[in-house]
Amino acid sequence: MQSRYVPNRGLNLDYIMWLFTRISGLGIILLALIGLGAAMVMGARLQMDLPTILRWTFMPNPSHVVNSNIPDVTIGWATDFWQIMQYLVIAFVFTHAANGIRMIVEDYTGTSAWRPYIRALIALAWVGMVIIGVYVVIGSAY
Amino acid sequence: MAYGKYTGLQGWVYRGSTPYYAFALHRLSAMGIILFVGLHLLASFSMQQLLGTWGTAINTIYESWWFQIIVVFCVIFHTFNGFRVAILDIWPKLIKYSREAVYLLWAVFIPVYLLTVYLIVTNAFAAS
Repeated sequence: MQSRYVPNRGLNLDYIMWLFTRISGLGIILLALIGLGAAMVMGARLQMDLPTILRWTFMPNPSHVVNSNIPDVTIGWATDFWQIMQYLVIAFVFTHAANGIRMIVEDYTGTSAWRPYIRALIALAWVGMVIIGVYVVIGSAY
Repeated sequence: MAYGKYTGLQGWVYRGSTPYYAFALHRLSAMGIILFVGLHLLASFSMQQLLGTWGTAINTIYESWWFQIIVVFCVIFHTFNGFRVAILDIWPKLIKYSREAVYLLWAVFIPVYLLTVYLIVTNAFAAS
């Protein structure tokens, strides 16, 4: 009978990512609440409708609210502060998501010989999505 | 459960407890969010940089009201359940109330989700 594999105690990838998932999850909620509060403040000034407020909550990007009935998107919306917030959202969300995908996949594949390749594929997708996200933020209308 | 024994509909029901359903829904909604947000980001990239039609097509589906009902379920459930998991993990003493935490989760989630669906549907029919 084979003994069960127990990972090392202390700092290892699974513990760090377990901690990161909790912290980034709470961080995403905090970022969304900041976006929601600011969208409501700006919405009171610009007669904003509910979908626009929710769009700004999910992603505080000026081109995310272009389709809404706001006369000028750039008033109060396109600042360096919100650009930093967008980068934070992208970094937190895609790292949280990539780790979640890794956990789900490894629940079904286990410690097989494929694991390094699966991890490399997920890491590649993670880097690619972060780069595309940063590119969309930089390319947004200012 | 004995092998070969007919259990009927009871056999389909998970004999664990309600936190398992929260776990399964958390995982399903996670994959849903990754699918929606990943496609939405690629579509936005296409609309912004490539001026492609496939990005517009994906975003049209994404912004339609019936699709928003599914997206909103995944996002709201994943947020509230993730908040519950994080709170229980940060204060492990609360784990003895995990069952009550799941009841609280549904008590908060169902009114918020139903209100959101009501607003989406009324907005959709008011616009058309």
